[in-house]
Amino acid sequence: MNGEKKLLQVDRVTVSFHVGGFIAGGRLLAVNNVSFSLDAERPEIFAVAGESGSGKTTLARVLLHDLEPTQGRVVFEGRDLSTIKRRRDAMEFMRKVQPVFQNPFETFSPLRRVEDYLFETAIQFGRAKNRRAAAPIVDEALHQVGLSLEEVRQRYPHELSGGQIQRVSVARALIPQPHLILADEPVSMVDASLRMSIVNLFKKLRDEQKVSVVYITHDLATAYYISDRIAIMLRGVVVESGPVEKVLGNPLHPYTKLLQESVPKPVVTEREQWARPINLGAMEVKEYGRVGCKFAGRCPHVMEICKHAEPPTLEVEGRAVKCYLYGEDAAQSNPSSRSSGNLSSGNLSSGKL
Amino acid sequence: MPLLQVENLRAYYRTQVYGISRSVRAVDDVSLELFENEIYGIAGESSCGKTTLIKVISGTVKPPLRIESGHVLYDFGALQVDMTKIDPEELRQTVRWKEISYVMQGSMSVLNPVRKIIRTFEDIVRTHQGIPNKKLFLEQTRDHVMRLGLPPDVLNLYPHQLSGGMRQRVAIALATIFQPSLIIADEPTTALDVVVQRGVLQMLKEIQAESGNTVLLVTHDLAIHANVADRVGIMYAGRIVEEAPTQIIFTAPRHPYTQHLIRSLPMIGDKSVKESLSGAPPNLANPPSGCRFHPRCPLAFDRCRTETPAMVRLPHQHRVACHLVTEAAE
Repeated sequence: MNGEKKLLQVDRVTVSFHVGGFIAGGRLLAVNNVSFSLDAERPEIFAVAGESGSGKTTLARVLLHDLEPTQGRVVFEGRDLSTIKRRRDAMEFMRKVQPVFQNPFETFSPLRRVEDYLFETAIQFGRAKNRRAAAPIVDEALHQVGLSLEEVRQRYPHELSGGQIQRVSVARALIPQPHLILADEPVSMVDASLRMSIVNLFKKLRDEQKVSVVYITHDLATAYYISDRIAIMLRGVVVESGPVEKVLGNPLHPYTKLLQESVPKPVVTEREQWARPINLGAMEVKEYGRVGCKFAGRCPHVMEICKHAEPPTLEVEGRAVKCYLYGEDAAQSNPSSRSSGNLSSGNLSSGKL
Repeated sequence: MPLLQVENLRAYYRTQVYGISRSVRAVDDVSLELFENEIYGIAGESSCGKTTLIKVISGTVKPPLRIESGHVLYDFGALQVDMTKIDPEELRQTVRWKEISYVMQGSMSVLNPVRKIIRTFEDIVRTHQGIPNKKLFLEQTRDHVMRLGLPPDVLNLYPHQLSGGMRQRVAIALATIFQPSLIIADEPTTALDVVVQRGVLQMLKEIQAESGNTVLLVTHDLAIHANVADRVGIMYAGRIVEEAPTQIIFTAPRHPYTQHLIRSLPMIGDKSVKESLSGAPPNLANPPSGCRFHPRCPLAFDRCRTETPAMVRLPHQHRVACHLVTEAAE
């Protein structure tokens, strides 16, 4: 585990928020004991997928050093984020970890030209002294996303299409030459015919620029398409994680199964399966406070123990699953040597809780 | 006779600023027919005219939107209506909600946030039918809600106490209270999670199958159409470019735009490289000449730049507007 150099190490991170009133309030664990790591040597796209309220965006804020975790730590290139206090260190961290957000029309002010953001980023992170020197750097970043400075010069956000402006957003993130890009729902506002151009961009960045990407999304189809590994979150907890072909191709956790089945497929052959009635939890918010497995209220395989104790994270068939169903099987058929071999790049076992 | 017949409909947004008039041709020469007992899906990207088309079909045209030409004819059996000519008061009393109802994207804006759900039902029923017997109304509303599989307790809650999926199902319950002939669902599940989306669409489908009415389902998500719609119309830049039964749209599309859309859809279990089209959808204030798709079409030739392709009817209720198909047919 310590042998390889890590780009990012998320170690048992927990974020709790205070909700409700002063007297009758309670704690809400938005992120609950989440661990994963990315290799420095092997750039990859790591997807964090889940429904709304699963804690994805809170996790993103922790990774961007925008929010201090209540417990646990995040280590980026050997440095614990909680030790970043001075402005110079914060700048250095921001240079290396760049965000791409969901709505590009909110990222950019409608009253400013988009190119200003690009020049500012180049100057602020010390890649150029002035606008003239920054021009080739900006142009190069735009070329990487299939645009050019000529095309965006003097333009305001509303003059660009949703796909174009999201590509400008990615180009801006590339200017500081980051080691990690954190993309929070980058394509959910982009039209279908342009969506794949953004998604392919992340692939290209991984393969050509060796940039790792944390791809946060609710869209399992694009997550399957671009990512190498995936973590499925439910109410702050990672319920299943591992190589995307395994987790989404053959899900083991009942929640991942439900989620994967519910994604409508763009084919007419699976209409009947998709139309099979499902049971919707009426009061989803209560799942946060649940002791034991968060899915116990909706799970078709629920056992007595699931309601009382949190399930352990187990290595099963090359991925980590947080579910009692695989308890004995995992112990018999999955000696730790084999599973660690399958996941050598990953160490997704959540630190063997 | 079909339930709804739209003929050569043109609806433009016309604005005059400092004496310069501009028109955005949001719906330009659209013809389509909806029949009883079917789910018709309209697919298209943002600003392709989907919402404008719905505004005209549902009779909610307000300036600057204007109907330039064409007809929107309804046949509700006992009642025939031309939406382009109907008097607003008559529309409100005889058609709206009783024959045509809608389910919108954010149902928070349909439900009054400071009143319980039952009050919203009461408002609608009182406006369109009147409530002579309060007790009977409460009983019928409870029955209706329970028949749709919702817990009757939701009627005594406020909208903010419901989850997004539950709110959307309440909106469907509201839209079906008078058993309308046509339910227009405009992006009904866009803001919802996949599991909830599946539940809401299943409910809509069940209601349709039970009552045999017509659902016009508008969403940009083709995967939903693949699983829900009986027929699908693909819109691009204010026009319907292709229309066919769902099976044909997904297995044998003929228009290059549809072909590209279907090919580019990501799917779990498929890691093959997907490409996007170059360019972006056109600005409808100044659309391209000829076929509006030609600047992005990999197969465009001279005729596409000058001449607007006419709709060609193919076997199996399949219609396409593309010169390649026209020439192949000739």
